[in-house]
Amino acid sequence: MADILAVLYGGLLRVDPERPQWPERDRFILSKGHGCAGLYAVLAERGFFPVARLAEFYQDGTGMAGHVTHGAVPGVEVSTGALGHGLPIACGMSLAARRDRRSNRVFALLSDGECDEGATWEAALLAAHHRLDNLIAIVDYNKIQSLGAVKDVLDLEPLAQKWEAFGWAVREIDGHDVDEIARTLATIPLARGRPACIVAHTVKGKGVSFMENQLLWHYRPPDASEVARALVELDLGS
Amino acid sequence: MRSAFFSALSELASEDDRIHLVVGDLGFGAVEPFARRFGDRFLNVGVAEQSMTGVAAGLALCGKVVFTYSIGNFSTLRCLEQIRNDVCYPQADVKIVSVGGGFAYGALGMTHHAIEDLAIMRALPGMFVVAPGDPFEVEQATRAVAAQPGPCYLRLGRVGEPRMHGSGAVFKLGKAIRVREGRALTIISTGGLLETGLQAAELLSAVGLDARVVSMHTLKPIDEAEVLCAAVETGAIATLEEHSVIGGLGSAVAEILAESSDARGRLKRFGVPSTFAPTVGSQQYLRALYGLSPAAVFESLRSWL
Repeated sequence: MADILAVLYGGLLRVDPERPQWPERDRFILSKGHGCAGLYAVLAERGFFPVARLAEFYQDGTGMAGHVTHGAVPGVEVSTGALGHGLPIACGMSLAARRDRRSNRVFALLSDGECDEGATWEAALLAAHHRLDNLIAIVDYNKIQSLGAVKDVLDLEPLAQKWEAFGWAVREIDGHDVDEIARTLATIPLARGRPACIVAHTVKGKGVSFMENQLLWHYRPPDASEVARALVELDLGS
Repeated sequence: MRSAFFSALSELASEDDRIHLVVGDLGFGAVEPFARRFGDRFLNVGVAEQSMTGVAAGLALCGKVVFTYSIGNFSTLRCLEQIRNDVCYPQADVKIVSVGGGFAYGALGMTHHAIEDLAIMRALPGMFVVAPGDPFEVEQATRAVAAQPGPCYLRLGRVGEPRMHGSGAVFKLGKAIRVREGRALTIISTGGLLETGLQAAELLSAVGLDARVVSMHTLKPIDEAEVLCAAVETGAIATLEEHSVIGGLGSAVAEILAESSDARGRLKRFGVPSTFAPTVGSQQYLRALYGLSPAAVFESLRSWL
């Protein structure tokens, strides 16, 4: 997910940190609100607020909650954390853009787990029916959800074909290959008159040997020594 | 009430192009004129109330004033979390409308009885809760909620309710309307039971009991001053609602009285016990079953006083 956010906020999204409420901006909704640490970090890197503010994360009396919460955090569009809310809201924003004849696009990043939610598919039907080609859903398909492997909990396969069957233009990509992410997102709309779905195949905890594909790290923050080891493995540590 | 709503909404939409209507595939015979006249501001999302509410929030967060519309519990309970997180938290300009409050769709069965909606909507932060008592109040309330920034819940009856107010009535959100003067007690009604309250007052008048009648169309924020005034001046309050006795008008009035240091009065709550209707019944039948007919209210109040 971090790689996708890096590409989006690294230049692809038309946003202006000086004007978070700029009406022409692209909208980005992190529908998987539990991934907020990544979003807060890229927003800070992009200049929406000072990087030092990231120290507020999870701290009493601050605005930086453990699921995406807007209001106190510039650049956050919508508060999420209850799954399945992002895509319907994105549809509304997409419809508003069309009605106002604005050229902005609306991106929603979904988890694979929230493809269990009926509301996601209600919105998937709506977006295709109304030919919302300014709407892009990206599914962070790391194949793990809260209590286990997606294929064991509630199998989504064939996931890309499901989105296609719902009327979306679909691409499957390596969600860690920043060039492929950028190349794919540069070509949207993937098909005129159809919303785009990018099924991004990812690995939970990518790049850190003791975290990869481990459910534990959905719940537990690393301690100081684990952080240090992880940074070394990511070539970020000393 | 339904036609008063759509008539007011169409007028509003012709004056303000931010007004949108999003429906969940209901409103046959009611939504069509709006849809024809304001096609690009009308959206039927299909049978998908969570999507309806989320889409409305998205539109509202981009500057629109959006009415969502369905019947019974579909526009409220079915999509409650979307209302809480996506509408109330960001204070989005979404006005949730339900037709068929209470037992309006009585004979359609339990699924169509909306008798907990006021309590649940009332509990949501930042939500205005409005249950108009007649077509006049519906028309005024529709305009008022459109002008009121942020989330509102508008609970309507069905069709054919008579106008209860005279031509001089003034409607203001959060300000109750005193419909009848009296000193023996105050009947406070919300929603379509205003007519019942007035009829009960007439019956009481015939036996020498002069009842004040107040239409509490706005349940949140409630008109505390009017409640306290009723307690002080009449000493007895009866609340009347086509809704569970838990969490609605009766509860709201009880909360005010319980915390007041000087307004002490007796309180009687007319409403639906916390139960499901045990039988099929029209609105009239079910109202009578739960003691909400004018005669039942009259008898009960006469013996109470």
